[in-house]
Amino acid sequence: MKLLSGIVCGFVGLLLLYGVSDPDDFPAWGDPNSPASTSPISEYFIQNTMKDSEVPNMVTSVLADYRGWDTMFETVVVFVAGIAIFAVIRSFDVDVGAVKKPKVREADLVLKHTVRLLIPVIQIFSLYVLGHGHGSPGGGFQGGVILGASFILVALVWDIETALKRFSEKQAIFCAGIGIFIYAGFGFLSIFFGAEFLNYGVLEPILPGIHSSAKARYIGMLIVEIGVMCTVASVLYLIYALLATRGRMQGGL
Amino acid sequence: MIFEFDLLVLIFLLPAAIIALQLKNLVGASMVFGIYSFLMCLLWAEMGAVDVAFTEAAVGAGVSAVYMIATVYQTSKRSSD
Repeated sequence: MKLLSGIVCGFVGLLLLYGVSDPDDFPAWGDPNSPASTSPISEYFIQNTMKDSEVPNMVTSVLADYRGWDTMFETVVVFVAGIAIFAVIRSFDVDVGAVKKPKVREADLVLKHTVRLLIPVIQIFSLYVLGHGHGSPGGGFQGGVILGASFILVALVWDIETALKRFSEKQAIFCAGIGIFIYAGFGFLSIFFGAEFLNYGVLEPILPGIHSSAKARYIGMLIVEIGVMCTVASVLYLIYALLATRGRMQGGL
Repeated sequence: MIFEFDLLVLIFLLPAAIIALQLKNLVGASMVFGIYSFLMCLLWAEMGAVDVAFTEAAVGAGVSAVYMIATVYQTSKRSSD
């Protein structure tokens, strides 16, 4: 069986290599004549990002504005993944024989104090990644992952109860929903101002201190990224809490 | 692309991929998988896709390794095949 799967893997690998080996089919890295570089859409993004939304990082403006619809459903996918894992492995029967008795374990002194110093830094960095995603790599997804990782770190070093005391299961699910609500709700707002769903440019009158449609798009992107971060951080934390405790939400690793 | 850097990453990447599959100790395999992710992240960063590299570093090398280790701790720690 192992030999057979080895042969199949090798064959598929060779097929893949053969598929990508033809230099005429695949443009070289950084080729200015590749279809991706010559298409009018890329040209539009490159030339109009600053004009449309004042966002220097093109990736962010494509992600959150030009393709905001796509990103909204990516966030929904993350949410659904979290809910699916919750539905599959959350169990409410406590004290079954199979449950590992939660050991009372004092966290290591050095570890504890290092993590105490680290966690504020990690969380501030995650906010920086979110806020500075318009000008540099980063954004809601990455910031959310880093924020979620800081909660996971608490659960790793102490135990799941300590983490759940600070950010409970209910709050995590609530935050995951709120993130989608922020994103979709902000998209819906623009419908009331006579534009398409997620067209933040028309929201200029209700955003304080904003006097151009480009700046309104800038702020709109920031708000939907906050929604993304909310969902991603809480879903990641929820998944870890479920996986590490077999869905019983008590005890540690 | 810098050829030498690519070659170096490839030299580490292939053993990491094979070791991650072959290791009987599943916690170790998860760690090696994290190393694999991190090397992929280096590759993305070097190709100029810094946003992708950032995501790969955060999700691939950071959180998914933790998930795998958490899952391994709840099942058996050694692979049976």
